[in-house]
Amino acid sequence: MFWDKEIETLDRSSLEQLQLKRLRETAQRVAAHVPFYQQKFAEAGVDPTDIRSLDDLRRLPFTTNADLRATYPRGLVATPPGELLRLHTSSGTTGKPKALFFSRNDVDNAAGLIARAMTMTGVTKDDVFQNMMTYGLFTGALVMHYGAEKAGCLVIPAGPGNSEKQLLLMQDFRSTVVHITPSYALYFAGFLESKGIDPRRDLALRKAFVGAEPYTDETRCKIENALGVEVYNSYGLSEMGGPGVAFECSHKGGMHVWEDHFIAEIVDPQTGEPVAEGEYGELVLTTLCREAMPILRYRTRDITAFIPGPCACGRSHRRLQRVAGRTDDVLVVRGVNIYPQQIEQVLMGLTQVGRNYLIVLDGLDEMTVKVELAGSGFDGRIENVVRLRDEIVARLRAEILTKPNVELVPPGSLPVSEGKAKRVIDNRTL
Amino acid sequence: MTAVKLISVFSENKPGQTARVTQILADADVNLRWVTIASMGTFGVMKCLVDKPAPAIAALKDNGLAVHFLDALAVEVEDKPGALNGVAKLLSQHGVNVDNVSGFVTNQRAVLVLEAHDIAKARTVLESNGLRVLTQEEMQAAD
Repeated sequence: MFWDKEIETLDRSSLEQLQLKRLRETAQRVAAHVPFYQQKFAEAGVDPTDIRSLDDLRRLPFTTNADLRATYPRGLVATPPGELLRLHTSSGTTGKPKALFFSRNDVDNAAGLIARAMTMTGVTKDDVFQNMMTYGLFTGALVMHYGAEKAGCLVIPAGPGNSEKQLLLMQDFRSTVVHITPSYALYFAGFLESKGIDPRRDLALRKAFVGAEPYTDETRCKIENALGVEVYNSYGLSEMGGPGVAFECSHKGGMHVWEDHFIAEIVDPQTGEPVAEGEYGELVLTTLCREAMPILRYRTRDITAFIPGPCACGRSHRRLQRVAGRTDDVLVVRGVNIYPQQIEQVLMGLTQVGRNYLIVLDGLDEMTVKVELAGSGFDGRIENVVRLRDEIVARLRAEILTKPNVELVPPGSLPVSEGKAKRVIDNRTL
Repeated sequence: MTAVKLISVFSENKPGQTARVTQILADADVNLRWVTIASMGTFGVMKCLVDKPAPAIAALKDNGLAVHFLDALAVEVEDKPGALNGVAKLLSQHGVNVDNVSGFVTNQRAVLVLEAHDIAKARTVLESNGLRVLTQEEMQAAD
């Protein structure tokens, strides 16, 4: 199903012409109104009226996370203050947050991209959308809320947590679609199990939009099986207007990045130069339609790749791979680079392992992975627990190339989260 | 089948875990007839034989613990030197490998609790050699 078939299937050459036109407008707008970019252009010796092709994009300066923090709280605003309609701040965990402003059109466009994405997965105005994300400064919940309303769903702004109440809402209003973090989805599945609720039999759920935290394909399968839903991967970030940057279609073969609203580049994180088509690198995004706070060549720090070739759905917008990690969430243990997602992938591939895990770094460089044993993963025999632990150690070692300690712990004994999961505790005294 | 059902509970090897499990059993009014705890580094497994297996396992599960039933044989032997040796020799002559053994003595009777992979064969060997394999009811009532 299409929300806007013409734009979603626009031929590549027309799409690129549209991108060039919008890039020129964006560059000229920031050059006229944003001191930060005026200075950047001057330093780089770039005249934004001189952009003649999309290749000229590479001459424009990058914008970084540090740039956005440095300009807090004014932000990189390009419109008069009276045009600003909404403020979000990033969910930054360290240092200063980032201030992100939306105009009326920005709010509407962000919602439009979500309506487009939801329709693409088969959501219609007959769906009941239960939004189990944190409402507030974080863009995720509000942008999805507006998008679901635009798509015509009945929207239940449940917010996260209070699983008893979530279940009541689901039962009473026959919710069909949820928006939820992966960690809460897994926790909630366990909650349903403890209540004796079989989601396939007792609930009307059919789709879940899972986001705000990175997760693996193995976790997706676990959530799909446990909740009896289709899970669609999505990509977004507050700096780019929230969750609607790229979304999977019903083919689930990568996320279509909405190229009429963004220019996506994938670069080598060290050199900033583009990588070959299909290779992994850092995603760099330029907004094309944002009024209040256009951002040029934003270094997302997310590692992904373009998927070459067209999608069977007929959309012309290119597809991105699931984010494989972040340039800044890599753990360096004994000199080895490790992404937490690598560990999750190994753990979620084992049926005897439960829903929760924690990576603890101690002492000089000691890594311990605590894993909950699934209730059904225990056959009463200690020797089989030892065997499972040794197998996890061996599989992790093969994946991360260093040998971690593995501690199997009883189900439900690790801290649970109803919001963003904390998967890594770093107590190292390095 | 004259196998007895042991309840096996997985737990962390840290202070308070045995107290937690036994508190759950006490609250469920379950009496322990026999118990062993084996620990292996950071975790351990408690196995017990109780007077009310079904309520016991339900209470443990309700408290979120990983639990499982295990079959074992409770064999009555004479309370005298060489009794365990006799059983061990018998089983080894018939090629039965024993995984775990523990025992206790009560009222001049000695009871061995045996876990074996081929529990049916172990039972046949023991019974055909005149040893008495106790039933669940006998063990639950043992005193």
